[in-house]
Amino acid sequence: MIRVELPYHLRNLANVGAEVQVDVSGEVTQRAVLDALEASYPVLRGTIRDHLTLQRRPFLRFFACEQDLSHDSPDTPLPESVARGKDPFMVVGAIAGG
Amino acid sequence: MSNVRVLVGTKKGAFVLKSDGKRQKWEVNGPFFAGWEMYHLKGSAADPNRLYASQSSGWFGQLIQRSNDGGKTWDAVDNKFVYDGVPGTHQWYDGTPHPWEFKRVWHVEPSLTDPDTVYAGVEDAALFRTTDGGKSWHEMAGLRGHGSGPKWSPGAGGLGLHTILLDSKNAGRMYIAISAAGAFRTDDAGTTWKPINQGLRSQYIPDPTAEVGHCVHRIAMHPSRPNVLFMQKHWDVMRTDDCGESWQEVSGNLPTDFGFPIDVHAHEPNTVYVVPIKSDSEHFPLDGKLQVYRSRSGGNEWEALTNGLPQRDCYVNVLREAMAVDKLDKCGIYFGTTGGQVYASSDAGDTWAPIVRDLPAVLSVEVQTLS
Repeated sequence: MIRVELPYHLRNLANVGAEVQVDVSGEVTQRAVLDALEASYPVLRGTIRDHLTLQRRPFLRFFACEQDLSHDSPDTPLPESVARGKDPFMVVGAIAGG
Repeated sequence: MSNVRVLVGTKKGAFVLKSDGKRQKWEVNGPFFAGWEMYHLKGSAADPNRLYASQSSGWFGQLIQRSNDGGKTWDAVDNKFVYDGVPGTHQWYDGTPHPWEFKRVWHVEPSLTDPDTVYAGVEDAALFRTTDGGKSWHEMAGLRGHGSGPKWSPGAGGLGLHTILLDSKNAGRMYIAISAAGAFRTDDAGTTWKPINQGLRSQYIPDPTAEVGHCVHRIAMHPSRPNVLFMQKHWDVMRTDDCGESWQEVSGNLPTDFGFPIDVHAHEPNTVYVVPIKSDSEHFPLDGKLQVYRSRSGGNEWEALTNGLPQRDCYVNVLREAMAVDKLDKCGIYFGTTGGQVYASSDAGDTWAPIVRDLPAVLSVEVQTLS
């Protein structure tokens, strides 16, 4: 089980708590985790990644294990402690005022 | 007895205001979608309990919400707005080509006859339609395919398609308006479109009478007289009597003809309302006095309506989507401000009172008259 931490507005949208768990078969990458997250919560499609390009939305960042993974390739394996379910993969809203 | 439901979109959520036909006591429900920008909400004329709402955020993008119970509960529907084919370019602010990019939905317009059919006006400007209640959206590509798209440029708020008017007497006819491209009409249900901007004059474009490039802020129509349209342009209040083939200025004695919303009395097709704003550089009322202006003659002769509105130290704006009318007798007029007030008049504008004073900045106001 992969732990995914969501920002406030996406929790409300998906009607979940701060953290959800998703199953990922195969290598645990950003793409695999987000695919699994969107499959479990279709309302999140388009809110984290662009529908067509699947690129991260500009005002969101991805953190895990005190690292900023926002600019990593979506196919780079996530840290082992995320893959083992010890640490969460965090979707974070960038601080941008308002 | 009839009831009134006012759908209010704000910078930080949506609100549903309810009253009976007297429109004196109001129930305020919300915020719905707290923290999100709610650009526009509108109910279906074919099923008043079917509502659609545009929900967006700079962080999380666009969502469309649908309610089947008059706004008590909502469900997200499809939010995938993909331009048909290769989107191409429009003009950027400096005149250079800029790629078409979807940003948000400015306006939702349910069909007059089918609650599952809805039109959506989006930024960057295009018209989308769903025929399955929002499960899927498809661009009506004939509009951007008209050929003038590369000459469209954004207004200060973006290149948004904000006005969608459906002709109740001619199912094939529809009007739309884009800031800053102008007004367009289709007579074949959206397959082909023509710009209808003859008579508009805009000093901020190289050719002031160009076919496209005009910053139309809002167009209003009375359903009984769909050939007659009233327009609040960036500057100038305009009128057409021939479906947009030609426009005449009807600003008349308005103290300033800059503004955003415009609407028509529910029972008097020649009675029109605007909210004059000082200028495009100073988006607030003249002299700190919030005044609605009413013309009972279809333009040119205007009277200030001030009873109940602040007449000193008022520096709010009233945005293009933020005025609506009900169908009761007497006609109710409603508008919201960027200061968070929603004002209502239950006597066609003669007197006003706030329904609420302290909402987030109001982006849109729509009214449903329910029996």
